[in-house]
Order: sequence, then C-alpha cells, then structure tokens
Amino acid sequence: MNTATRSERWSGYALLTVMAIAVVIPFLSVFLASLQPAGTPVVGLTWPERWSWDNYEQAWSVAGFSDLIRHSLTIAVGVVPASLVLAALAGYALGTMKLPGGNAVAAFFIAGLTIPVELIVVPLYFDLRGLGLTNSYLGVILVEIALFMPFSVFWMRTHFQSTPPSLVEAARIDGASSGTILVRILLPLARPSLMTLGLLVFMWSWNQFLLVLVLIQDTTKHTAPAGLGFFVGQNSTDIPTLAAGTIIVMLPILILFVIFQRSFIAGLLQGAMKG
Amino acid sequence: MPSRPPVQQPPDVRVESPDVQVRSRGPRRRSPYRGYVYVLPAFAVYFCFAVLPALHTAYLSLFEWDGVTLGDWVGLGNYQEIFQDSILRRSVLNALVLVVFFSFIPIVVGLAMTGLLARFRRPGMGAYRFLFMLPQVVPLVAVGVTWRWLYGDDGLVNQTFRAVGLDGVTRAWLGDFGAALIAVGLVGTWVLSGLCMMLFLSGVQKVDPSLYEAARLDGAGPVREFVSVTLPHLRGEIAVAMTVTTVAALASFDIVYVTTNGGPGEQTTVPGLLVYRLAFSEGKVGLAAALAVVLGCLILGIVYLINRLSRSES
Repeated sequence: MNTATRSERWSGYALLTVMAIAVVIPFLSVFLASLQPAGTPVVGLTWPERWSWDNYEQAWSVAGFSDLIRHSLTIAVGVVPASLVLAALAGYALGTMKLPGGNAVAAFFIAGLTIPVELIVVPLYFDLRGLGLTNSYLGVILVEIALFMPFSVFWMRTHFQSTPPSLVEAARIDGASSGTILVRILLPLARPSLMTLGLLVFMWSWNQFLLVLVLIQDTTKHTAPAGLGFFVGQNSTDIPTLAAGTIIVMLPILILFVIFQRSFIAGLLQGAMKG
Repeated sequence: MPSRPPVQQPPDVRVESPDVQVRSRGPRRRSPYRGYVYVLPAFAVYFCFAVLPALHTAYLSLFEWDGVTLGDWVGLGNYQEIFQDSILRRSVLNALVLVVFFSFIPIVVGLAMTGLLARFRRPGMGAYRFLFMLPQVVPLVAVGVTWRWLYGDDGLVNQTFRAVGLDGVTRAWLGDFGAALIAVGLVGTWVLSGLCMMLFLSGVQKVDPSLYEAARLDGAGPVREFVSVTLPHLRGEIAVAMTVTTVAALASFDIVYVTTNGGPGEQTTVPGLLVYRLAFSEGKVGLAAALAVVLGCLILGIVYLINRLSRSES
C-alpha cells in the first residue's frame, strides 16, 4: 500500500518532527530553567553553564514538595484500589447479567461523564465541612472515587461485555456462584483492562486541582498540583526553584507514562472513544 | 422475592433453552435483582458524592446565600443576574472563545496531519505518539506554570521574537489586554492538538487500505482522497475529539487559574474561576451555584448536540 511518493513521506515526517519539537520545547525550557543557579535571572531557553541541582534540593526540602508529593500519593492510594474494586463489581453485573433496568442504570452512570468539578464543588465544601471531611484526605478520596466512577464503571462494563458469554455460562453450569465466576474466571482475564483503568484513575487523581483547592484549604495539607498552584502565586520571581518544583510535580506521572506508555496511550484514546 | 423450591428439569430442555436452565439450576430460583448487589457500592458512592452535590448545586442556585447566615429564596434571580452582569456574561463568552483554541484549531491541525500521513505506513510512529500524548498526562497546573514562564518577560516567546528582530512585538503576553485570552487559548491548543491527531491517526488505521488504492487508481489527488475517503471514516473520531476538547475548554479552570487568574481586568475570566471566586472569597454562594449550573447545562447541551449530529449524519 506504499503508494505515497518520497516527497510526501518526507514532508509528513518533517511536519511530525516540527510538531514534536513544539511539544517538547516548553518542557525543555522549564527543565533548563530548573538547572540554573538559584536567584539568577533566567532567559528563555538558555543552556546552563553549570548544571546545578540545588534548586531541586531547595524545592524538595524548603518549599515542601516532598510533603506535597506524599499527600498526593496518600490520596491516590485511597482512590485507585477502591475505584477498581467498585467499578469491577458494578461493571461485572451491568456487563454480564441481565438486570431489570440495567441499561437505565448504566446510562445513569454514563451521564455522569459530563459532570465537571465546577458543578459539584460548591455544595461539596459545605456538606463535607458539616461532616468534618474538609481538610481531610478521606473527603477528597471519596469525591474523586465518585467523580471517576462513571468512566470506571463504563470501562469495566465494556470490558466484561466483550468477554465470551460461553465462559460464564460454562461456569454456571458447573455450579459456580456469581461471586466465584467473577473472582476465579473473569478478574484474572480482566488484568490488562484493570491496569489501564488504574493508570488513568491514578493520573486523574494526581492531576486533580480545583477539588483539592476547595476541599483542602489548609495549605500544609495540599497535594502536589495544589501546592504548585499556591507556590506560583507566592514565589513567581524565583524562577529556578519554581521550575524545579514544576518538574518534581510532573515527574511521578512522567515516570509511569514512560513505563506504561502503551497502556496509557491505548487507555486515553480508547477511553475517549468509549466515553 | 420469595424463595422457591428447586425445580428439576429434564436435561434436553436445558440444552435447548440455556436461559431457563441458568435461572433454575441453583438450589433456589434467583431474583433477577440480585445482581444489583454488585452495582450498589459503586452507585452509592457515585450518587452521594457526585449526583447529590450536583442536585444540591441546583438547589443552592435558587438562594442568595453568603455561606454563613440563613439564605434568602430568590428563585431564578441568580440566573437573571448572570445574564445581566457583564463580568459573568463575559466569563461565558471567554469560555466560548477558548473553544476555538481548545477544540477547533486542534481538530483542524489533527485532520491536516492525518490527511498528510494517511497515505503511507509510518515506521517510527511510537516515539511521536509518546511525545504527542505527553501534554495529556502531566497536570494542567504544571502546564500552566510552564507556559507562564514561556510567556514571561524573559520567557522563550519573547526571546524568540527578539532573536528574529521583532523586538516591537514582545510584551508580557499574559498581562496584555489584547493578547491574554489568545495566549491562554494557545496553551489549550498545545495541550489538545496531539490528542486529536492521535485519535484521528488511530481511526484512519481502521480504514481499508484498498479504498486508498482504489481512489489512487481513479486518479484522486491527496485532497480528493482526504475528502472522500479519510474524512467520512473519521466521523466518529471527530465527534469524540469535539466532545473532549469542548468540555476541556468550558471547564478550563486549572490553566486559567495558574496563568492569569482571570486578568488582566476580566479579559480571561472563565466560569470555573468565577464559581470558585464567588463562592469562596466573595460570599455569593447562590450566584456561584447558578453559574455552575449554567456551565453544567452548557456542557451537557454541547455534548448532546455533538452526539446527536454525529449520529444523524452517519
């Protein structure tokens, strides 16, 4: 099918490369700025004369990014497993059983895909404050699980719908209960889907900003993005430390992306298609 | 449902109608509602922490409330204020302008690239795919901080203009009344173009290559081929890209908060920013709730419209 001419190929790759550079340069600019000696005026894209990692130490210890990262991880560790368990259970029932009204319930979940944080954050603050769940990780965890649940349920439901029904039938004939079928047969097969979902949920949890900004007003309890957002308001002049902080906040998700890029990209693209 | 005695069935009936057999196999006939036990936990969390708050927002939007004392019922007064107050109206209009940058331009860029690349196999796409998806995975706050630096006085944008002798063009982009909204919009273009491109390229891979060959044999040029082969096959992907990017534009709190915080003046305020500001620093909770409802309805309406249009066309 290689009907394209040589010049078409070249121009295609040339354009791809130009766009790739356009994507990378902002990252490169902030990375190079983070390596400049602290306090020096930094201009655009400047190669540092001396690679100075002091800014990272500065950001990590003085500006408190180690705490911010820890808080973000605490929340993600609460959100990811719970989301996977709840979504797998619901997706299993909605995807493989003939539930009366099951399609309506599934549609009700899917409708939640359109709920932006902006729509729910105001009463959440007052309601959770009444329950003593503001400035608490538990509050954020519960809301994030709920916020990602429409996608999670939809993702797992689609997965279970695509498993061969004969598998479930055969197990039923052998007398397996629905719980046994899920745990022994379907979940082991669902590992790739669960892993992709776990990565996406981790990413969304990590990147969550507005929700944390509202529900955790105690700045000593902030997460990485919220801390960075706060930090930029406070220290907009100290570019190298700010740049180092930015890199630190991006790093965990970047590492995961490098390791699991296939699952990530497939998840983001398929997820968009399914959503 | 009352439990029933076990029903024995002759084996040949089971084979013929697996549905009946499945239900009556166990020690007792199972209620078809039993499966909801699995749905319940997910539903409960979703309902309590997403659906109820959304309904609560709609309820709050009917009051004038400062968040502390008792609220006053004002009916639809808050909605009326949104349409009359120039700043509130402005925020909705700004969000719609951002749709151009977050949605329209990325889709056009993605389609153009796909048109160029659809005609041949592309070894080495893995690395490009990785790079183009990069802005999708990092926190938007970090993206915002990065671009704030790029747009700054000494940032890369001004550095580039100076390097090519356009010193007159340089300015503090995010603080410039004329340029700020466009500057913020271009951040969205940067974030979402890669996603659109990857969506379209993966969609084009599902097109039967023989269609391209046939078009070639019929003497179709690149443009003709794009219009009559590539574009019709990408309808679903285009609808998805429109949905995702439009929602991103309307709910663009993170980027705006970090880059401009709505300034200069009200040039870059968006609804999300005002919801936050009205509710938590100006003590106008009811008005904030009403604006949130307007934003939610706008998103729901646009998503519905896009899905409707893409379905009726296909």
